[in-house]
Amino acid sequence: MAASGNPEVKLLGIWFSPFVLRARIALNLKEVQYEFLEEQLGTKSELLLESNPVYKKMPVLIHDGKPVCESLIIVQYIDEVWAGSGTTLMPTDAYERAIHRFWTVYVDDKLYSSFLDSIMRYRTDEAKAEAEEQTVAALQLLEEAFDKISKGKPFFGGDTIGYLDIALGCFLGWIRAAEINGLKLLDHARTPLLCAWAEKFYNNEAVRAVIPDTMKLAEFTKVLRSSYQNRVPPTK
Amino acid sequence: MAASGNQEVTLLGVRLSPFVIRVGIALNIKEVQYEFLEEILSAKSELLLKSNPVYKKVPVLIHDGKPICESMIIVQYIDDVWTRSGTTLMPTDPYQKAMHRFWTVYLDDKFEPSLYNLTMSQTEAAKAEAEEQTMAVLQLLEEAFVKMSNKGKPFFGGDTIGYLDIAIGSYLGWMRATEEIIGLKLLDDARIPLLCAWAENFCNNEAVRNVSPEIMKIVEYAKFLRSKYTPPPAK
Repeated sequence: MAASGNPEVKLLGIWFSPFVLRARIALNLKEVQYEFLEEQLGTKSELLLESNPVYKKMPVLIHDGKPVCESLIIVQYIDEVWAGSGTTLMPTDAYERAIHRFWTVYVDDKLYSSFLDSIMRYRTDEAKAEAEEQTVAALQLLEEAFDKISKGKPFFGGDTIGYLDIALGCFLGWIRAAEINGLKLLDHARTPLLCAWAEKFYNNEAVRAVIPDTMKLAEFTKVLRSSYQNRVPPTK
Repeated sequence: MAASGNQEVTLLGVRLSPFVIRVGIALNIKEVQYEFLEEILSAKSELLLKSNPVYKKVPVLIHDGKPICESMIIVQYIDDVWTRSGTTLMPTDPYQKAMHRFWTVYLDDKFEPSLYNLTMSQTEAAKAEAEEQTMAVLQLLEEAFVKMSNKGKPFFGGDTIGYLDIAIGSYLGWMRATEEIIGLKLLDDARIPLLCAWAENFCNNEAVRNVSPEIMKIVEYAKFLRSKYTPPPAK
């Protein structure tokens, strides 16, 4: 369905958020012009609070004045609204759709959680090592999934970037930043397919235009970690 | 896309699980014949472990030998595959779709844990806190219903049961069981009149009735869970 009426597209976000990045990559792949409204770390704008009163989180897409929240819901919305433009993000086959959706649940549930533990939430070196191991294990599962889903093509979505590519790929900048900071996550021996996939994903124009600088993220990780440690007391 | 192949449909589940009930409702609305294989969660079948190796959880739908996991992913799959007219679960408008999806995420994120805490609560303090959180969610859903039901229609999906109706409605049995055990009213006409009316329409639907467990069976099971429950350490 083509966008109609006043085609105003705004995205509320912040430079380092992988979830915001998902929306930006999707908008780029669908060749949609939009205004990026950058939030400031530590404060939430009136517009954000008004547009996402339930969660007060980014990203929020505002299209023709109507807010859409939750990164993956936004990606699906973009794919559906601008269906005639750019490349299709969701597979057309119902089973493949279910597989993409399953693995995005896994990414947000297991991968993201252990990854955050490994870079930000750990309290001891042991905890950090364990979180790193769990992140690697999750990436291992995703390597096997990639093998089955891609069927020899460059992306989870086949010849072009798809829903699951975006859901996972948004973390690549952070993963590379973590590797600069000493973690071993993606590895040519253990996850060769994902390494090749990561290269292609990074080099895609729609992604390159918006993915944050790895060094900047590596530095910023330290800021995020100390902010987290100060904010959140250790649980027993 | 019409269903093809040998059309064998199997649902692995447990009858009392709201997540399994979701799938049963969707299959019934689409009038899909299926085989229900009841799992024993303390002794999961080989088939379940093979079909959902990542999470080892129910429900799992197996269609033409291929497993699909995660309740709302299964519901979307069913909607995509079985496209008899008049039975569409997802709205066609992308914004409406986004609303159904958003409230489903919110529901499973916020409602499920607070309802669980309420059902398990064994002190006044725990009960009060869980009740407040549960009612807060229901209040938000009441407001969402106004916006989404399209001026006075019976369901979030409009004239017929849709994606979000199934997501929320699957919890109704447990809500009623919790009212019984804890001795309070969640579906309170005075506070959430629209959701109460919606609940009645939902529960009276044949596709729903067919897979809704008897409240007393849920009560029995919940009491069993309560007897084993240890609350998490206080923060």
